[in-house]
Amino acid sequence: MNKIGKYLNSYTETAPLAVFRIFFGLMMFASIVRFWLNGWIEKLYIAPKFFFSYYGFEWVKPFGDFTYLLFIICGISSILVAVGYKYRFAIILFFLSFTYIELMDKTTYLNHYYFISVLSFLMIFLPAACYFSIDAARSPQKVFQKIPRWSIDAIKLLLAIVYFYAGLAKINSDWLLRAMPLKIWLPSKYDLPFLGDLLQQEWVHYVFSWSGMFYDILIPFLLLWKPTRFGAFLLVIVFHVLTRVLFPIGMFPYIMIVSALIFFSPEVHHKILGMIAKIINIKKDRFDNSRILFYKPIKRKVITSVITGFFIIQLLFPWRYLLYPGELFWTEEGFRFSWRVMLMEKAGYAQFKIVDAKTGNRFYVDNSDFLTPFQEKQMAFQPDFIIEYAHFLENHFRKDGHKNIEIYVENYVALNGRKSAPYIDPDVNLLNFANSFEHKTYILPFQDEIKGL
Amino acid sequence: MNKIPGFLLILIFLFSACSTENEDKTPDNEKEENSFDREAMLVNWADNIILPAFQNFESSTRTLEEQTTAFIQDPSVAKLEVIRSAFRTAYLDFQSVSMFEIGKAEQLNYRNFLNTYPANTTNIREKIETGSYNLELPSSYAEQGFPALDFLINGLGANEAEIVSFYTENPNASAYKSYLEAVSTRINALTVEVSDSWHGDYRDTFVNNTSSSSTGAVDKFTNDYVMYFEKFLRSGKIGYPAGAFTGEPSPQNTEAYYANDFSKELYLKALESVQDFFNGVHFDGSSAGKSYKQYLDYLDSIKEGANLGELINLQFDTIKAQADSLDASLKEQVRTNNTPMLEAFDLLQMAVVLLKVDMMQALSISVDYVDSDGD
Repeated sequence: MNKIGKYLNSYTETAPLAVFRIFFGLMMFASIVRFWLNGWIEKLYIAPKFFFSYYGFEWVKPFGDFTYLLFIICGISSILVAVGYKYRFAIILFFLSFTYIELMDKTTYLNHYYFISVLSFLMIFLPAACYFSIDAARSPQKVFQKIPRWSIDAIKLLLAIVYFYAGLAKINSDWLLRAMPLKIWLPSKYDLPFLGDLLQQEWVHYVFSWSGMFYDILIPFLLLWKPTRFGAFLLVIVFHVLTRVLFPIGMFPYIMIVSALIFFSPEVHHKILGMIAKIINIKKDRFDNSRILFYKPIKRKVITSVITGFFIIQLLFPWRYLLYPGELFWTEEGFRFSWRVMLMEKAGYAQFKIVDAKTGNRFYVDNSDFLTPFQEKQMAFQPDFIIEYAHFLENHFRKDGHKNIEIYVENYVALNGRKSAPYIDPDVNLLNFANSFEHKTYILPFQDEIKGL
Repeated sequence: MNKIPGFLLILIFLFSACSTENEDKTPDNEKEENSFDREAMLVNWADNIILPAFQNFESSTRTLEEQTTAFIQDPSVAKLEVIRSAFRTAYLDFQSVSMFEIGKAEQLNYRNFLNTYPANTTNIREKIETGSYNLELPSSYAEQGFPALDFLINGLGANEAEIVSFYTENPNASAYKSYLEAVSTRINALTVEVSDSWHGDYRDTFVNNTSSSSTGAVDKFTNDYVMYFEKFLRSGKIGYPAGAFTGEPSPQNTEAYYANDFSKELYLKALESVQDFFNGVHFDGSSAGKSYKQYLDYLDSIKEGANLGELINLQFDTIKAQADSLDASLKEQVRTNNTPMLEAFDLLQMAVVLLKVDMMQALSISVDYVDSDGD
């Protein structure tokens, strides 16, 4: 207890958190702009006729053309976060708008987006704007050169969890013993200069698989330990640039590279802020007032409790898959929100059959009538999508005047290079099931075994 | 600390390994074992399959146009038979190029202009009577191409004499003649345009576009190929007439509806073309070159997986064998006993799964250029 009390009462420079806040805000702004310029707002959130919801968040839907407004709010709040203007309000607004965007359609789920949501939630409780920010510049009594150590360690811990859990998830027989799915992905990058031919070699697939696993598991520790820190940071750069070259993963590599800076000492961050100060022509030393941020006991208690609760959930949530029977990669029950990044190559095909229970009349659904190609692709191998879609189809065809509707699906899924196999039981009427957190009994068993975590 | 030099060593090793490989003058066949030459596959596709197929089709559409001209100069039952035969040859040959909807063909919406069925006969009659039409409009897809021609030479009357009378005794005979000619001319003109583009610059553009991105020729074409099989072969030739998507059999949706006994032949020809393409069989049938089959064999050898190429060929063979139980007229088949049609649909469906899920996963090609980020 004493140790914990001592830790909670230790203080460190605010500079690393300020640097983190600035880069985070700018990166988010760049991501939003990129998303817009790629036409994805229209393509992903306005064009589709139907959106797949997360269980419990069915009320979260795009607003038609006003969806652009949501992105504008998100973009502006990220800039406010970067400059530290009305920080608390800005980061809450960012968290809410960004999370809302992610909840609108689970077709677009990415671990990276979840990471941003979780990180911005954490940042609501961190004193990131009491140094090198507009808030601080406007009122000197809000400037604190030093803050509790845990407020910086919290971000390090979150980054460590992301990497470490991503590494643990790679300890499975497909990844390590079959070099899957890299064996599928890497040879298709045949046209890369220098690497193209090499990526055809089987041993290269194994080297990438194993080193990827070790990288993810070890990198938090290598970053934490001072003697290895600089080397580890170079590794972070090499690793993420390589993933950027090999895979279409957008802004994420840059976000992770910049985030890893938080592990460096305050001196490094003071230098960075010094450089920024020079560029935008302000005086950095006005923030160097040696004041320490002490929370009132009650406030500190609330904040540390929230953060502790947050991390307990983060640590436990990825293990929830253990509560479900069956192969995780196959059923995907407990797959999301667990840092299972780039783990599988999965694709499916789902042909829905509408049956009139009384007359026996039946016909197939042309999915492209209702779904975008992207939605169809994602739907075809994820059971919760399939159920939700079946209920949508029921509504649609009932309105069309069909009666006694039963819906069946002929569904094939291929996982990590295995031959496609039947996925959802073709003999069950999907309308007898609703989405829930219970085990989905209508998923046919996986005809192989994947050992490991 | 240990991990870093280890990783750096690997990196150095990686780069040195590639530089030595590039310097190596390994003979071609030995190199083959280590990588699959996609450019050679594109060359085989273009030079031995696509170009000759278009060349052949172009000569059929030219004949078709010539025979049409001959017919309208002096319409007779004998000359009608000549156009009909030219029509059959051309329609069959079209099945060997329809899947190549890329480049100029894609730009022009070639397939839509040549083969949107069922033909809209009400509109066709109306346009003939008013004499005002513009076949270049996308809204006129269903009023031209082979389905319209089918109607004009097979469907206007109950027998040959009756059909010929539309071009001779009918008060609008000259309008019928000019519409017939316009349809025939347009088929040929569009084909010449596509064929010229392949025989011109596009062949090189296609073959040199070896990029692995979604805009690379292999990725893009594979999407087109699989989509052709799913939407145009499975749904178009079998699914829609069988009412697979509505529950109501719809004979009027059969390809070559008025030619009666022709639809199964078209279906078989399309199947054969798709399978030959899969196996890289040259258009003249003499031999086979680099293809999906070889590409899959190469990737299977890396994965030690099931022989996917064999499975796909087996499925194609099963589909062809099942077609034996179909009437030469799919329209009749739908009317009399729709079950074999639905069976055919299910078998085609299995092939779609193999192509769209298994093959595309093996080739690591994403479906339809979904260009959003991945994890």
